[in-house]
Order: sequence, then structure tokens, then C-alpha cells
Amino acid sequence: MEVTLNVKRFDPESKEQGSHFQEYNLEVEDHSTVLDALVKVREEVDGTLALRCSCRASICGSCSMRVNGHAKLVCKTKLRDVIQHDHKVLVEPMNNMPVVKDLVADMKPFWDKVRAIQPWLQPDGAAPEREYIAPNATMLHLTGVMSCIMCGACVSDCTALEVDKNFLGPAALAKAYRFLGDPRDDAGNNRLKMYGESGGIWDCTRCMECVQVCPKGVAPMERIMSLRDQAIQAGFNNNNGARHTESFSELVKHSGRLDELRLPIKTFGMFNFPALIGLLPVGLRALRRGKMPPIIHKSIPGAEKVRRIFEKVEGKK
Amino acid sequence: MLEHDVLVIGGGLAGLRAALEAQKSGVDVAVISKVHPVRSHSNAAQGGINAALTDRGDNWEDHAYETVKGSDYLGDQDAIEILCQEAGQAIIELEHMGVIFSRDETGHLGTRAFGGQQKARTFFVADFTGQAMLQVMYEQMIKARVRVYEEWFLTSLVIEDGECHGVVALEMITGTLQIIKAKAVIMATGGLGRLYEPTTNALICTGDGIALAYRAGAPLIDMEMVQYHPTTLKNNGVLITEAARGEGAYLLNSKGERFMEKYAPNMMELASRDVVSRAEQTEINERRDVDGCVLLDLRHLGREKIHERLSYINEVSMDFLGIDLAEAPVPVRPGMHYQMGGIKTDVNGATIVPGLYAAGECACVSVHGGNRLGANSLLDTIIFGRRSGEAAAIYSREKVDKQILESRVSQDENHLKEIMARGDNGDTPAKIRREMGVTMNDYAAVFRTTEGMGIAREKLRGLKERYQSVPVQDKGRVFNTNILFALELGFMLDCAETIVVSALERKESRGAHYMAEYPQRDDENWMKHISVKNTPGGPTLDYIPVTITQWQPQVRSY
Repeated sequence: MEVTLNVKRFDPESKEQGSHFQEYNLEVEDHSTVLDALVKVREEVDGTLALRCSCRASICGSCSMRVNGHAKLVCKTKLRDVIQHDHKVLVEPMNNMPVVKDLVADMKPFWDKVRAIQPWLQPDGAAPEREYIAPNATMLHLTGVMSCIMCGACVSDCTALEVDKNFLGPAALAKAYRFLGDPRDDAGNNRLKMYGESGGIWDCTRCMECVQVCPKGVAPMERIMSLRDQAIQAGFNNNNGARHTESFSELVKHSGRLDELRLPIKTFGMFNFPALIGLLPVGLRALRRGKMPPIIHKSIPGAEKVRRIFEKVEGKK
Repeated sequence: MLEHDVLVIGGGLAGLRAALEAQKSGVDVAVISKVHPVRSHSNAAQGGINAALTDRGDNWEDHAYETVKGSDYLGDQDAIEILCQEAGQAIIELEHMGVIFSRDETGHLGTRAFGGQQKARTFFVADFTGQAMLQVMYEQMIKARVRVYEEWFLTSLVIEDGECHGVVALEMITGTLQIIKAKAVIMATGGLGRLYEPTTNALICTGDGIALAYRAGAPLIDMEMVQYHPTTLKNNGVLITEAARGEGAYLLNSKGERFMEKYAPNMMELASRDVVSRAEQTEINERRDVDGCVLLDLRHLGREKIHERLSYINEVSMDFLGIDLAEAPVPVRPGMHYQMGGIKTDVNGATIVPGLYAAGECACVSVHGGNRLGANSLLDTIIFGRRSGEAAAIYSREKVDKQILESRVSQDENHLKEIMARGDNGDTPAKIRREMGVTMNDYAAVFRTTEGMGIAREKLRGLKERYQSVPVQDKGRVFNTNILFALELGFMLDCAETIVVSALERKESRGAHYMAEYPQRDDENWMKHISVKNTPGGPTLDYIPVTITQWQPQVRSY
């Protein structure tokens, strides 16, 4: 199979500023992965190409990079699944991190955020003499998050991080979920309080990118949503994120659809003038484009049926 | 100058466990690793970790006996006793740290069966036990605030007056060489799988620590004992865990026969790895193969069990061969997997070089002897990682400070500059490595001959010659992986030579070492370790007796 890798190159020691693209034409086996091709380049064509890779079997998490614009573990990515009609494959370093050289990203910000969630088991009191007793089903459930290999793919493609550098991000929060779900950990309330602060669970925009790009099926966003649920259940609802969520469902339950004007008021509070004034530009833009919601909000026909759905679901919880 | 009491080289399980223990004894400790610790190859250990827990009706003597038998009576029994006696406590400690081991229906730790053992004593996290343990061990490092030099590459050990006083290392992100002074250094750099092509090992497993310790004067032992794992994936050699067979999978030949009946009628597929690999290779050589492979059949285990306990191998066989294990058997063959030998240490990780310790796959205590039992490698990292960390900390406390000249770094700097200045001659480190890998896999594999080993020795000599002038294309300093490959290749060639000379020396068949001319085990002449030492005249061999405590050699059958 013929392939042209179009690789984004960056040499910090070069006199030329910035990055450039370089094409490599290769003949590869039909079952080759993107990593096979990159290693072939490095070994047979251009020894200056820098990338990280190690296990070749999707367990070490070294070789995350963007392929055709999306983060992938390249050892797990078959060329035939990503090759374009013109035989080209675009390969770039991960997003949301500084680039060290070529396809090597600086993961320091990634690890700083992992450290920030206090990622170690915090049991209460002395350990038992033997093992902790725990249901197998619970442990099995945790293997779902424990299979995270810290490759950074989710962080690379996180759209919230792109605009909010303070956000802990999907990988760190998926790891956070693991401790909340672990029956041996007793720091649950501290953790929920900490993760609910600015940059935490409420900063996720629910775009699903992390769920899509995760090569191990960890589904970070779903873990973050579960953390939100747990935070509200534990009473950590005195913040914009929790109020937004609660108001959202309250408003829909009431009239069958969202009252967009009341949502910010309920979220920020009637007298939180700075926050509400901060929304004015958004409101003006909406007005200019004819997208201003009606001042008088009307219920949809059959709103009481929606309410009954809510009541039924709440009853089940 | 950077300085620590104890410096651990390598961020895998042995290294991190050593660092934690040293830190606990109150000395200043740091870890240096050429990759981020969670990228280490401990990740690849799939099936589990062995321990005989008394409250499970098991006892450490049984585990020890089976380890001795597995080693084909080459393992040192004093060390094996320590390994198996301390295993139970180690499992509990790992559980307390946060490893999410699988449970039984009562919520206690659950076990699965593994090769070469009559009892199910392998504790596990699905089929990614190594990864689950490594993540937790790294969590403990964060908690303990141990300094980690991530992506620093070791170029040499600082040896003064015959003692180890630190290292010279290359910080990859800047490309600068620095001395890190240390009163004690612990090698925990893992294996050397990349000497072979193919191998189950990661690209980083290049024998760095083994070669550096060897160059520094520490002898290596049991180097001829190279384990071929019975089940590696067709095409790319990726590992399929022994847990598949532990859970009940069959090995079939082209006629659909469970051929292990002929070779190990009692233990069948769960005989020790050297036995199963030889059986498979015999089937393949005698044309009862399927395209150079035998078949591993998991279908009768059912989708649920595969999903719950063997999800990772299902993922890789889907990814690489498009085979769903619940639907079809998967083609596998023996593939290079583990180096039983390594830097000779005592049971506290000490080498003969004062200040230099070693633990994990790069070390040889020797608990694995001629053949390692599955799920004993993770145990080895934890037990001897801890012991070496403790011993190195004690040593460092009693050690007075030694002046090291900043200029020591220039030796390594000049070497780097010399490599980078070489002109293009059409050769590359990759070409030499591939030829070495194929040579090793052709001649130093499951079945060996004196003639083949002789060819390998000559071939390696030629490759070493070429290595002296191999150029690199990348002339930059920042993250120059090209020059790292060249340095790693030097380590690998040194290791390969020690394997071949040791294998040529052992004129019998024992464990993983099978010589066609000497098909029997010869306890009278060869129940001893072969040790190899680096001298100006090349590798020099010596013998070390095997320590026997309570198990006299017997006929080994499964």
C-alpha cells in the first residue's frame, strides 16, 4: 500500500521560526499502523524525525498524536482506516500542550493537573491487617477507568481546555472518578468539594470529544457527569455549575422547554449584577441576530406530560 | 551539581518500589527514567502476580518448590525462599496502596491459575495487572513527593576507586549532559528484549542498565537464559497473556489436536513456559503448524468471561488481526519475552561494585534460574525493589561524601560529539539493530546449536565493528532520539555478546537453554551459574555454585 505521511515538523534549534509540513512517501504493508509508518520513516528515511513510542500495543500511552485532526494512539491506528483518497495522512503533535520537537508534546501541564486532584488512595484510619473487603462488581467497574493509560488524547482534543487553560481536563477528572468510586477511599467529600471548584467538573462543556478519541474506552466525560451528580447529591450545589444544572432541569420540568432568560438569573442569582452584566454582550449579539428568546416564556402544549416524565424519573432515583 | 543520597535508574515497578522504600527510610531519593514512569514496560505484564496466602489454604513452600522446579533447579533457593515468603505481605501492601485487584464472591482477593503451578495463586486486575500496579505505584510517588527526572537518559556510571558515586545522564528536552551525584545507585532499567526481532518487549527495552553495570565491572549471570513466551501474536509478536490458558484456553495444532498432551500430560497448556514453547516449536517444525503458528482457542470460555477477565488481549487481537476471541482461535507462536539473567546481586540487591544495586528484570538474584514462572516477574520487582531500596538507603547513610569533578562529564560529551561528527557511510543504527535481532532470533532462540551460536558470535563481532563508525542523521541536541538509538544499540550489542558466549559455554539443556548436541540436563557438571565479566580482553567467564536449601534436583516433568 502506498501512503504519503504529511508530518508537522518543528525544530526548536532551527533558525527558521515556527513549524512546517513535510511529506514522506512510503510503501507499507496493508495491515500497517500509523506508528509502523512513522517508525519506518525514522529508521529508513529521516532519522531527525522525533516522536515518542514504546510498547506498540496500546498499553504504555506514549504515542498519542493527531491524525487527520483528531488525537489517536498511533500504534492502534491502522493506516487503511485513516488514509485519504490521495493516499495522504496528516500527522501532527497533540493539541493543548506546547510542542518540544516535531511530534513530541510537552506533557508537563498534563501531569500538573493529574497531581492537582490528589491522585492517591486516602483511606480513613489504619489499614486492616488483611486486604480491604470490597465487592467484585465495584472493582470490576473501576477497571473501566483504571484502564486509562494517561496518553493525553482526551486532553489534546478537549474543546473546553482550548479556551480555559485552568480546566483540570478529562484525564485528571476521570482519574478523580476512580477514587470516588473506590470503597476504600474515605476522602469523598473533600474530593467532591475540591473538584467542584473553578477549573473542575463544572467547566466541562459536554462536547463528547474525549469520549470519542479515548483509545481505551474510559469515557472521561461520562465520569465527569457522574462526579457532578455525586457533588450535587453530597450537597455541593452552591456554585454556578450546580445551580445551572439544577435550574436547567427545573425550568424544563416546569414548562416543557428551557426558559433561556431565567436560566442565567437562576444560575448566578437575581442580584449578582456583575455576572449578569457580563452576559449583556451575549444578549446584545443574540438580539442583533434575531435569536433573543421571547420575554414572556410560554409552556409548550402538553407540558404536564413532561413534568410527569420528570417525576417518574425522580421517583426511580 | 545535582546530588541525592539514593538515585534509582528506571521508573518501572522495581525502580518505583525501591524509591518508595528508600524515601521511607528518610534519605533523599530521586528517580531518573528515559521515559515518563507510567510509560515503563512493567505496563505490559498482563496476567498477574503470584503469592501464596496462608488464609487461602496455600503455603509459601509450595510456591517456592514450583519456582525452583520452574527454574530447572538453577534458581538460588535462599533467594526463592525470600521471594515466596514475602509475597503474601507484598500483595496486601499493594492492595492497601490502592491496586484494584479482582475479588472473589466474598469480596476477598481472588486468584486465577497460571503456568507451572498446581494452585491458583495469581492475583490480578483483569489482564492489565502490570499497568494497574504501575499507575498505583506512581500515585504513591506523587504522594511521597519523590523527585523524578523524566526523560533523562543514562550515558555512564561514575565509578571512582572501584565504587559507584553517581551517573552521567542526558536531559533529553535540553540535550545537555549532567552529573547526578549519588551515594548509592539502584539499577532498575528492565529487560533487553530489543536484542531480538521480533520480541514482545517495548522499544525501550534495550538493556541499558545491564550493559552499563557490565561496563562498570559488575558481573552478569544466567545470561544464556532467555525466555520465549508461548503465546505471541502472529505478525507483530504482541503478547497474549498466559492468563488465557490460566482461564482454560487450549493450544491446538493444524490437526485440531491439543498437542500438549504429548509433552506435558498432567499440566497440559499450563506447563512451564520453556516446555510449552518447545512443544509449539516442535509442532511448527514438524509441519503441524498453521502458517508458522499454532492456535490458541478461547471460544469455550464464553464472551462474558473474555470480556470481564481478558478484555485487553481481545482488544489487541481485534486491533491487529481482526479476530474476536469469542468467535475464532487466534494464531500464536513462541516469541522472545524475558531475560532471566542479569546483573548479579545478593538478596538485598547489592552488586559487587560498592554503591551499585540492581533490581527487577535487569538484575539476577537469581530467583528465575533457567526459566521464570509466569506472574513471578511482577513479584520479583516488588520484593527485590523494596529490599534494594532499603539496603541502598542504609548504605548511603553510612557513606561519606566524595568529591566528583565537573569535568567527568566531558568524557561522555566527547563521545556524543564524536558520534554526531561521523560522516554518512550508508549504515544506520536501525540496520545494525535489525541484523542483530534476526541473528539472535535465528540462533539464540528456543532450539540452539553450537554451530548456530558460533555463527551468531561471528555475526555480532561484525556488527560491533560496524557500530564503531555508524553515523546519525540528527545533529541537534533537543530530543535527539537518533543519538539515543545509537547509544542504546551499543548497550544491546554488549548484552547480545554476553548471551551468546554464556550459551556457548553451557553444554547441556536446562530451562530455556536447549542445545541440540546436549539434549539432557547435566546436574553433575552444569548445576552452576555462568557468570560473565567485562575485561579488556572481552567477556570473561566464571562459575558460581547454585544455592540449595531444601529441594534437591529431580527429574522435571509436567
